Amino acid sequence: MSSAGEFRIGAITHGIDAPPPIADPWVLPSRGRAGMIALIITDSTFFLIFVAAYVFYIGKSLTPPYPREVLSYPILNTICLLSSSLTIVVAARALHQGAIRRFAVWWFFTLALGVEFLIGTGREWHRLIYQAGLTLRTNLFGTTYYSLVGLHALHVTIGASAIALVMGLTWSGAVTQKHAERIEVLSWYWHFVDAVWVVVFVTVYVISTR
Amino acid sequence: MAGSIEERIALGREGIATAAELAQPLAGRLHEWIITVDHKRLGLMYIGGGLFYFMVAGLQASTIRLQLAVPNAGIVSPQVFNRLLTLHGTAMVFLVGMPILIGFFNYLVPLMIGARDLAFPRLNSFGYWLWFFGALLLYFSYIGGGGLQGMGSAPAVGWFAYAPLTETPFSRGNSTDYWILSIFLTSVGSTATAINLITTAFTMRCPGMTLNKMPVLVWLAVVDAGLMLVALPPLSAAQVMLLLDRYMGAHFFDTQAGGSALLWQHFFWIFGHPEVYVLVIPAFAFASEIIPVFSRKVIFGYEVMVAASCAIGFISLGVWAHHMFSVGMTPAGNAFFVTSTMLVGIPTGIKIFNWLATMWGGRIRLRVPMLFSIAFLFQFLISGLTGIMLAVAPFDWQLTDTYFVVAHFHYVLIGAILFMIFAAVYYWFPKATGKMLDERLGQFHFWLFFFGFHMTFDTLHLAGLAGMPRRIYTYQPGRGFEELNLIASIGVILQGLGVITLVYNVIRSLAAGKSAGRDPWDAWTLEWSTTSPPPEYNFPEVPTVHSRRPLWDLKHPADPDWRYE
Repeated sequence: MSSAGEFRIGAITHGIDAPPPIADPWVLPSRGRAGMIALIITDSTFFLIFVAAYVFYIGKSLTPPYPREVLSYPILNTICLLSSSLTIVVAARALHQGAIRRFAVWWFFTLALGVEFLIGTGREWHRLIYQAGLTLRTNLFGTTYYSLVGLHALHVTIGASAIALVMGLTWSGAVTQKHAERIEVLSWYWHFVDAVWVVVFVTVYVISTR
Repeated sequence: MAGSIEERIALGREGIATAAELAQPLAGRLHEWIITVDHKRLGLMYIGGGLFYFMVAGLQASTIRLQLAVPNAGIVSPQVFNRLLTLHGTAMVFLVGMPILIGFFNYLVPLMIGARDLAFPRLNSFGYWLWFFGALLLYFSYIGGGGLQGMGSAPAVGWFAYAPLTETPFSRGNSTDYWILSIFLTSVGSTATAINLITTAFTMRCPGMTLNKMPVLVWLAVVDAGLMLVALPPLSAAQVMLLLDRYMGAHFFDTQAGGSALLWQHFFWIFGHPEVYVLVIPAFAFASEIIPVFSRKVIFGYEVMVAASCAIGFISLGVWAHHMFSVGMTPAGNAFFVTSTMLVGIPTGIKIFNWLATMWGGRIRLRVPMLFSIAFLFQFLISGLTGIMLAVAPFDWQLTDTYFVVAHFHYVLIGAILFMIFAAVYYWFPKATGKMLDERLGQFHFWLFFFGFHMTFDTLHLAGLAGMPRRIYTYQPGRGFEELNLIASIGVILQGLGVITLVYNVIRSLAAGKSAGRDPWDAWTLEWSTTSPPPEYNFPEVPTVHSRRPLWDLKHPADPDWRYE
């Protein structure tokens, strides 16, 4: 038997006519991007179940407090998180062009906006727990609200930690233009977390307070 | 013995351990298996682990059948019976089916697309060890399930763990927590592998292998991994909710606080039904490689085969509530799930006809892998037909929770999936080990298992039609169940003998089997172009392909496939 290396040789020497040419260079999608798309798909399904549970239990709590009594629109948080999607795009473009300093500045803004969101969520929870008396065990609203918003906040925490890690690496001088693609893949995750927030905002703060 | 890689390649021995490597102490060689990120080793570890739990959960099933062989048998108590039933079901799905099928994909996908490993080798190792320890947790429940309260042992809530039985008041101790954590870990591991498989298929193909030249097995691995991506997280999410209920006082499935037990059923089956397809699609994948090779014909309708697989994947996401007809859904809900379930029959029928058309007019070689494949075709057809019967809601109202359902899904899980796993073991064993499995012992295995399977599960259909409920730990004489149950239990002995034959065959062949060479079946896909077993880097030189059957092109340079594709 011949070895695998002879495929091309075999086809050329024995073939009566040549096989159709193979694209040269042979380029396939990048691993990082494909892997991140798959991760986002699977994570979306995870969120979908928590959203479904929230929607299913709207109006089914047996005892107060109810959403419309205690929830208010987290406008500042929403503005911060959504605009962090813009700053991360600007940062990724800067790195793609090799402008490390500009990248570092916009990357820092992204991190700051993400951290602000987490602080805002913490303040909201503090108010709900100590003033409104709403906890995970209070009623079905508390159960579904804290688990859904908490799951999202967990994702923001993971994303912000990754962004902070890159920030540290940037300060130590380890991030260069050749990492542009990895940074872009990380930014996709951040966009995903933002997009989930839109869904959470609409279901929790808009629909369930009607 | 030649040392350098070049010399070993020149001798065609790059996959075979050198004397120096063999001289390593045992601890060192074991250590290599633990730290490995090689997709072939991890694949074999998945398959080996899966076969181990297959024996364990198989013995549990045998105990169940022993208990049910005669009326009023006192072999096990009702409590022990419930634990056996729960662990048998849970283990066969998550500790046997999933790892074996993931193991085969792990092993085969990179080899078939001419890659040197999966896209993320370390993620692959991470997924394996999550599975490994998750699997240990399930059986550790026998020791740790009592918890601080000293109540409970192994979980006894059934493999679908319906709420509110799983809530703290009804499920004391830690038994249910072991069920949750074990399955959560193995599911996360499987999801990681699914991400890996999809990424590998889309980004690691060798030059020339466009998507429509991928082997059917790799296409089906993509569909399977895609299903895992969207089907496993619902279960994990529902398990997180259940943990929140049990440990933090949440009320997701707490009926006293307005929670819904029905919601768990929906979440479970949103996972559970696609899971059936996650398990059966690899069986399709094996059949689509084995049947052409042993019919000496190219697979009939490659494009349609791939399209039908994608269609099955999509439709299977919308059929879950056919497991729930008896909970009392609206007529519209019933009609929707009846229709969508019947729709699955169309692409599935296409696949069966395509396999038959592949065999039609071929020079069929009745070797062991082909025997199992042909049995698979018939048995899968029958299980599909009983599936369509159960998809009719009124028929389901009559027969749900009877042994007819048990017989139906065991026809899928054993008659289709396990038969194709056996076929795949016989077919790829020579590639993984360099040794052939013994043909005569293989035939013994096939006929023992074939007759044993039909004795057990054909008769259980009849027991179900006669009204025997599932999940009962015993029954009274004089209801017409005795003979059928006795025959079913005797069938288990034949199946057990078949499995013992396989184990003996594997051990004997590893020690003194015929040498396989690179390509013992005269096959056409890339894995047969490298040595058996393949070297760690799979291919000394990355291959280039021009058609769906690169080895055919190589063996028949005057009549290559690329002229006709």
